[in-house]
Amino acid sequence: MTALLPRRGLAQILALVVILAVDRVVSPQFFDLRLQDGRLFGSIIDVLNRGTPVALLSLGMVLVIATRGIDLSVGAVMAICGAIAASLADSHGLPVVLAAALGAGLVCGLWNGFLVAVLGMQPIVATLILMVAGRGIAQLITEGRIVTFTSPDLVWLGNGAILGVPVPIAIALGMLLLTGAVVRGSALGLLIEATGGNARASELAGVGTRAMILAVYVWCGVCAALAGVIAAADIMGADANNAGLWLELDAILAVVIGGTSLFGGRFSLVLAVLGALIIQTMNTGILLSGYPPEFNLLVKAMVVLAVLLLQSPKLSGFAGIMAWLRGTKP
Amino acid sequence: MENSLDPAPCLLEARGISKSFGAVRALQEVDFTLRPGEIHALLGENGAGKSTLIKVITGVFPRDAGVVRLGGEEVAPRSAKAALQAGIATVYQEVNLLPNLSVAQNLFLDRQPMRFGIVREGEMRRRAKALLTEFGLDIDVAAPLGNYSVAVQHVTAIARAVDLSARVLILDEPTASLDRHEVEILFGIMRQLAKRGIGIVFVSHFLDQVYEISDCITVLRNGRLVGERETASLPRLELIRMMLGRELAETTSARAAVGEHKVREICASFENYGKAGYVAPFNLELRRGEVVGLAGLLGSGRTETARLVFGAERADGGQARVEGASVRLQSPRDGVRHGFGYCPEERKTDGIVAELTVRENIVLALQAKRGLHRPLSRREQDEIARRYVKMLDIRPPDAERPVGLLSGGNQQKVLLARWLATSPRLLVLDEPTRGIDVGAHAEIIRLIRELCDDGLALLVISSELDEIVTYSDRVVVLRDRAHVEELSGEAIDVTNILAAIAADGAAMQEARA
Repeated sequence: MTALLPRRGLAQILALVVILAVDRVVSPQFFDLRLQDGRLFGSIIDVLNRGTPVALLSLGMVLVIATRGIDLSVGAVMAICGAIAASLADSHGLPVVLAAALGAGLVCGLWNGFLVAVLGMQPIVATLILMVAGRGIAQLITEGRIVTFTSPDLVWLGNGAILGVPVPIAIALGMLLLTGAVVRGSALGLLIEATGGNARASELAGVGTRAMILAVYVWCGVCAALAGVIAAADIMGADANNAGLWLELDAILAVVIGGTSLFGGRFSLVLAVLGALIIQTMNTGILLSGYPPEFNLLVKAMVVLAVLLLQSPKLSGFAGIMAWLRGTKP
Repeated sequence: MENSLDPAPCLLEARGISKSFGAVRALQEVDFTLRPGEIHALLGENGAGKSTLIKVITGVFPRDAGVVRLGGEEVAPRSAKAALQAGIATVYQEVNLLPNLSVAQNLFLDRQPMRFGIVREGEMRRRAKALLTEFGLDIDVAAPLGNYSVAVQHVTAIARAVDLSARVLILDEPTASLDRHEVEILFGIMRQLAKRGIGIVFVSHFLDQVYEISDCITVLRNGRLVGERETASLPRLELIRMMLGRELAETTSARAAVGEHKVREICASFENYGKAGYVAPFNLELRRGEVVGLAGLLGSGRTETARLVFGAERADGGQARVEGASVRLQSPRDGVRHGFGYCPEERKTDGIVAELTVRENIVLALQAKRGLHRPLSRREQDEIARRYVKMLDIRPPDAERPVGLLSGGNQQKVLLARWLATSPRLLVLDEPTRGIDVGAHAEIIRLIRELCDDGLALLVISSELDEIVTYSDRVVVLRDRAHVEELSGEAIDVTNILAAIAADGAAMQEARA
């Protein structure tokens, strides 16, 4: 049966289908869609919309993790860039606001990349620095207040719609396509996978491993900046304390659910985004079910465990589990 | 000491030890005998089976066949800890103690003097102090072990082992990171322990030290026992021959194919090229259609030369030229850009990317050379992979298989394919036949000759002298991190290479006589 179905992604697709089915049971209107004021509404749209920040983060994170790194600072980078966008929104046009926010994300990524690729620091420690300092920087930008804005342009980024599709979803989709085109359309994907799989060997084969590592952290910073801008636009304000809080962990989780190993190497952009959607589908489902949100964490943990078990080499993946369930050895 | 052929009482006796890892036979029916109070050197080149033998004796690896007797009784430890309890202690090159704990805590780890469930620190320190004084070491035992030099850490590890009532002490490359003075101290301690009747196994590739300290020598080669000799009666040349050579007769005739002396175009040259503390400045010319062999013992500077030539290591002096033009080789990227390729000795850590497919591994260097913006399409990749899988007979012929699942010989071919795909002008091969089964071995050697006939320049390192003699047009001999001799034409034979490696005047004379 493994010959008929794609090996990679099967576990994730199955998990998403099961969770969607459960959501449909707890909330019969789950798949209902309606068009209002030129924008689609419904639980499924809500899942996509709310899942956007983590999906964007996971796009950068998956590349970082593929090089055997990790970026803990993305939540803080979201806060910085959201604060910059909110502070500038009412005094400057959207292009300036976006350029400033994304530029800040790029600088943050360069900083992380510099520490890891040039100074050779361990990624977890290197990015911890910005994770801690970043929130302080964001608070300095907002001067400790929640900065609100009314600029319709920026608000549109969070709440508008293009052909009925909410703008955040369109942006996330666009970023997925862009990242995919850049990474798989050039040799970047192969060279990143080689760097993560065996950096020494790749270096000796002439791969510019430092440049690869620098590039993925920069891209991760830019993705985080975009997520930060969208999160600020969504609530029409920037809260330096809470914007993007703990989202780095969700992003890492999304990547891991998407089957990319924390030891680097093979990665999949689509599956990482699928991982982000799995997380959000669960979150939304639990909210809709009327259970207290505290359950969210427990259920999340169990789903993650299930997906990881499906991927476990010890159980030799899906086929292994099926055999195990039938009581025979794989 | 008594003649090694005397039936002296055995302390440690290993008989008929065999061990295989998959298809690779690491040890075949190896015997090893250690007598009380003896310092016994265990020698052999990389991959000869020294470490495997030690690990089999100490129970780190289970053995496939053979017996180990300690003081006449059969022992079969299942772990290094069990071996230690039986009385066999091992101190590895990388001291396996805990640098963040104090010297005293390291000495008494797992057996601290206790009272009412509390460690008696004072008592422990006093005993540690007394113990180390026996070894001529007067240090603050309360300080973390990591604060001290590697020499002190070694002595601490040895003291711990001896205090655990070891009867056999195995020292694996103990002197590799010690300076001359520290080596003296260590040797003093070894002699003192030997006087107490402890048997010491000394693994080293410093032959001077072996001659200085050991009573007898056991040599392994390719997982087999070559012989056990008394050190005093074993000339150095003979020892090197035992370590490197095969039957000399069969190799001298194999060179017929090579050797037409036409002047060939120089493709890369190195003048006074070197790096302080790495390899002494050397001159080297590499010509199209010519194989230059690098011969020398382990640690003589062969791999170091290869890495400098390729650009994996930066030279701190000298001049490199490619096709006559002066170039700078600062990184592997530079080497690749100038048309160099390098198959490193450590295939697994420095060569293959195990989880990527055969296809991806083959196109990696070519893609890196072309740059990001000029990706090879999937069709081009498939085409390249198919061509080299066929040309080099890579098995199984499935380009989509992760390369980590292939055998060593096929992994080596994938690495060769990786570089051939870049159409290089110079290929540097470091031990291309190491750990490869016999069939693939012959094939790789045939390939080396073919590539050379196609006009490639090759620089090949090998510990197998007969192999080097078979395919080399010139042979550079290294000793103590310096190029000491270059042989060409008729002068290339195992005897001359051995003489250059052994290098003391008497041995040379003897070899030529």
